[in-house]
Amino acid sequence: MELYEYSVYELISILEKGETNSVEVTESIIENIDKRDGDIGAFLYVDKEGALKAAEEADRLRRDGKSAPFLGIPVAIKDNICTEGTKTTCASKMLENFVPPYDATVVKKLKEAGAIIVGKTNMDEFAMGSSTENSALKKTVNPWDFDRVPGGSSGGSAAAVAASEVPVALGSDTGGSIRQPASFCGVVGLKPTYGRVSRYGLVAFASSLDQIGPFARDVEDAAMLLNVIAGYDKMDSTSVPGRENYFLDGIKDGIKGFKIGLPKEYYGEGVSSDVRESVLAMVKRLEGLGAFVEETSLPYSEYALAAYYIISSAEASSNLARYDGIRYGHRADKFDDLIDLYARSRSEGFGKEVKRRIMLGTYVLSSGYYDAYYKKALKVRTLIKNDFDRAFEKYDVLISPTSPTVAFKFGEKSNPLEMYLADILTVPVNIAGLPAISVPCGLAGGLPVGLQVIGKPFDEKTLLKIAYAVQENTGKLKPEVK
Amino acid sequence: MEIDRQTVDYVAKLARLYLDDKAMEDLREDLSQIVGYVTKLQELDTEDVEQTAHVLPLKNAFREDMVRQSMDRDRVLSNTDYKKDGFFEVPKVFD
Repeated sequence: MELYEYSVYELISILEKGETNSVEVTESIIENIDKRDGDIGAFLYVDKEGALKAAEEADRLRRDGKSAPFLGIPVAIKDNICTEGTKTTCASKMLENFVPPYDATVVKKLKEAGAIIVGKTNMDEFAMGSSTENSALKKTVNPWDFDRVPGGSSGGSAAAVAASEVPVALGSDTGGSIRQPASFCGVVGLKPTYGRVSRYGLVAFASSLDQIGPFARDVEDAAMLLNVIAGYDKMDSTSVPGRENYFLDGIKDGIKGFKIGLPKEYYGEGVSSDVRESVLAMVKRLEGLGAFVEETSLPYSEYALAAYYIISSAEASSNLARYDGIRYGHRADKFDDLIDLYARSRSEGFGKEVKRRIMLGTYVLSSGYYDAYYKKALKVRTLIKNDFDRAFEKYDVLISPTSPTVAFKFGEKSNPLEMYLADILTVPVNIAGLPAISVPCGLAGGLPVGLQVIGKPFDEKTLLKIAYAVQENTGKLKPEVK
Repeated sequence: MEIDRQTVDYVAKLARLYLDDKAMEDLREDLSQIVGYVTKLQELDTEDVEQTAHVLPLKNAFREDMVRQSMDRDRVLSNTDYKKDGFFEVPKVFD
C-alpha cells in the first residue's frame, strides 16, 4: 500500500511511531496528484512548494517533541474557503485573481492543528450546482467513471478524496453540496449542524444555510477532521458556543437500541429502485445489529425544494451584490459611469447559473412578489423544521438515500429545474439546520450509493456511530485506478 | 407560470446585470419554469405559521465597544489595481 492511500488515523499512527515522516507522505500525495489529476481535474491549484515546506516544518516540530492533532497531515480545501496568500476563486471568472488577505477560521484551525494545505479544489461556480459542471475554470470527472459527474458543488473535494489524491478535504454544504458529491464519489461527507463550524472566511452563498464540513474515505477521519474545525468563533456570530465534543468518542460502540426512522417521502417516486434497494438492504443489516427501525412521515417534504430555491436564491442575490468591481474581483475595462461599471463587471464576471440564481433571488425579493414567495418560503421553512422536531421526539436519527440516483453523465441534466431536483433529499436538512452524513452503503451498476443519516441538532456523535456501523457492513469501496 | 419580458428586463436592472436578447429570452423561459415550480407553496395554508429566517434561537450578538486592531490598509487594498493615496478609486459619483 502506498502512503497516499492511508487514512488520517493510520498516517498519524505511523508518523508517531517514526515509521515515516510528513515529507514522505506529502511527496507521495503530490506524486499521485501529478499522476492522476490530469484525468480527474479535482484541483484548481496545487501548492507543491508550500506543502513540502509545511511538511518539513511539521517533521521538525515532531522531532522537537511537539504534537498536534493533524501534525503533518495533508488536506485539500474547497476553493470558496479563504486561504491567505493563496488564490480563492470560487471557480468563477469574477474571483479568478482574488488572493484573500486572511485565512478562514477553519483554515487557521487546520494550520494550528499542524495540517498541510495541499491545494484548492474545483466546484460549481459560487457553489451553485449539483455536478461541478458550472465551474468556469475546469472540468472535474467522477473517479469511478470519467463520463460521469463527481456531483456538486464540492465535486473537486469529493473526487480528490475518492481518487486518493488527498486523505481528507473540506467542502461546503448549502443544499447538499458535501453529501451529494460524497455519495456520487463513494466517500464520506458530513454536513455539521448549522452553527457548529465557523463560516468566517467561507465565501457566502446563502448565509442561513451554508456550513463547512469534512470529506474523508473513513468515518473515523471525518470525525477527526470535524474535531479540528468545530467550535465557537467570535468572528462568526452564528457559531454556537459551549458545544465542544470529541467526535471519535464511542464511535465503535455499536448501535444497539438506536431508534431509526425511515421517512417514507424520501423513498418515493423519483428515487431510482436500485438506490432504494441498496439503502434498504443496509437498513436491514442495521436492524440486525440491534437498531429499532420504523417507517415514518415528514409530510411537508414535498415543499422543501421549492422553499429552498426561494430562500437560497434570495440570500445569494443579496450576498452577491458585493461583487461590484471596486474592492476586489473582476472589473470591466471600459465603462461610462459608476452604475455602468457595476453592471459590466458583474455581467462579465458571473457565469450563467450564477446569473440565473441572482435573477431568481432578485425576483422573489422584489416589491410585489416578496410576500408571495420569500415570506411564504420562510413560513414553509417553519413547517419543515416542525416536521423534523416531531420526528426527533421519537427517533434518534432518520435514514434515507443521499441522492435519488447514482452519479449521472455529463450534460444529462440540461435544464436547470431538472438539475435542482437532484438535491431533493438533501435540502430539507439545510432548511432545518440539522447535521447529516452521507456514507457509502454499496454499489448500483458499479457506481457508489450514498446513505444519508440525519440527526438532531448538535448530535453529530450519533450520526458518526451509525455511519461507522454502515461502513463496517459495506466494506471498503474504491474506484479502480485507470 | 409565464414571466413576461418586461419583468425580466426590470429584474435584470435591479440586479445590475446586462443580458443580451438571447440570454434574456433563455432566462425568461428558465424563470417561468422555476417560478412555476416554486408556486406550489401557494397550496399550503400558512396563515397562522411564524416565519423562520434562521434556525438558531439567536438574538443580537453584542460585544464590548472596544477599539481593536483592524486589517492593515495595504492588505485591504491588495486586490485592486485601482487605488490612490490609500483609498479605493471609483468613477465620479456626482457631477
